[in-house]
Amino acid sequence: MNTNVKNEVIDLLKKYAINKKIFDHLPENPNIVNDLKINSARLVDIVIDVEEKFNIEIENEELKKLIYLNDIITLIEHKVKH
Amino acid sequence: MNNRRVVVTGMGVLSPIGADLNTFYDSLIWGRCGIKKIEDLVELQFGCQVGGRVELEKSPCYPYLETFLLSEASNVVKYAVVAGLEAWNNAQLPICETLDNEPDYDTGIITGSAIGTIDMYENKILPSIQNKTIRRLRSTTIEHSMLSAASANLANILGLANYIGFNSSACSTGAESIILGFEHIRQGLATRMLVGGVDIYTAAGWAGFDAMRVTTRMYNNQPLQASRPMSASASGFVPAEGCGMLVLEEYETAIRRGAPIYAEIVGGSLNSGGQRKGGTMTAPSAEGVIRCINAAIQESYVDVNEIDLIAGHLSSTMADVLEVQNWSTALHRKGKDFPYINSLKSLTGHCIGATGAIETIAAVLQLKEQFIHASIHCEDLHPDIEKIIADEKIPHQTKKNIPLHYIAKSSFGFGDTNAVLILKNIDYEYQREK
Repeated sequence: MNTNVKNEVIDLLKKYAINKKIFDHLPENPNIVNDLKINSARLVDIVIDVEEKFNIEIENEELKKLIYLNDIITLIEHKVKH
Repeated sequence: MNNRRVVVTGMGVLSPIGADLNTFYDSLIWGRCGIKKIEDLVELQFGCQVGGRVELEKSPCYPYLETFLLSEASNVVKYAVVAGLEAWNNAQLPICETLDNEPDYDTGIITGSAIGTIDMYENKILPSIQNKTIRRLRSTTIEHSMLSAASANLANILGLANYIGFNSSACSTGAESIILGFEHIRQGLATRMLVGGVDIYTAAGWAGFDAMRVTTRMYNNQPLQASRPMSASASGFVPAEGCGMLVLEEYETAIRRGAPIYAEIVGGSLNSGGQRKGGTMTAPSAEGVIRCINAAIQESYVDVNEIDLIAGHLSSTMADVLEVQNWSTALHRKGKDFPYINSLKSLTGHCIGATGAIETIAAVLQLKEQFIHASIHCEDLHPDIEKIIADEKIPHQTKKNIPLHYIAKSSFGFGDTNAVLILKNIDYEYQREK
């Protein structure tokens, strides 16, 4: 897994968390809603940010599968390769 | 009906004469006018090119907008959040920045607006529809633009879990939200209510008033002279933006927690003249106004002669004469026997749906600090007003050290809506007992 991609995604996610202290001690693969306390509605914005940042397109179906940090990273790596 | 006592324990304000309570208070003392020429309105060829704007960045609570991820929200939300949090701080209540405090089932919120969140439509929603880029609208679009957005976001920040609502009744909106909160506590349904009104500057929001020619067009090059309530040369109101928020609290609860107590609200009345008998969509019926004043007085158990000051609606239009006449009729007082009367709009302009809340905050400060702020630009008092009341009852300059026991605050709005509040100096009953 690309550490740069991971850090960039974490930075994107951070924008949507009110309690930024959570990011000081992140679990290995945090659940976006439960662990990061990000409102589930914000996934739409996270997808827009990811699309713009990595110049990819994410389908609505794919959005529903984004539950953990690694889901986003895996999707980005898959899309960037293809 | 549970008649619990209701007091004001906190206030926050964002106004053309101050972006915080202290600056606002200083402006009241000094009679400082905050009306300016607005270059956008010149460019857009508005008839009225002056107005009252706020300086949001100067609010002590401005940094909270970033903390709580509200930088992209409607200004309605931003103004209400900074003024609401200032009021909350002012009431010595805690703000939990990590949002993991317990829900507060005893505290509710009512914020009102006459015009609403139309900046979101102007700047974000309509362009995205026109450009067919709806997919890129942010998920926060609704929560930053729904009519209850200000209440919902403040409730989110503070964990408020009692009644969370929105109200609107044109220019009586701000006073209405206070009365609704007051009644909610009085009925025993909540122990604390965060209440207030907000309206923001947008060209779209002000254009309709301009088209109606109800705003002044005579003072585009003399903005400081433009708002002239009770003056013979008043020629229409001066539009303004702002927000006033108050923490209302059940008296015993406030005493128990050692809260600052600014004033007691002893009565509030909301009604309409039914848009009949001289009342129309845009003009108040005298009968309706007088009934509203009488109802508020009756609820307060105050003698009409105990009202020391009327903090009028007085918006610098032809309706000022009718308002003074209505007060005179309702209170059976005239000439030198009339209470003092002033208009905050002479300093701020007309903050539309926020005006009743901002003016109530001014009234509470006057009651607490025992002064009467200047009602400027009516040295040429309207001759019909001069026939009703003595000129000395209008403070052309600030009057300090004036004993004030009760203040009556009125707001009137399109739709023939009326709101009257009676505020009491909390120390008065002890003075009376002595």
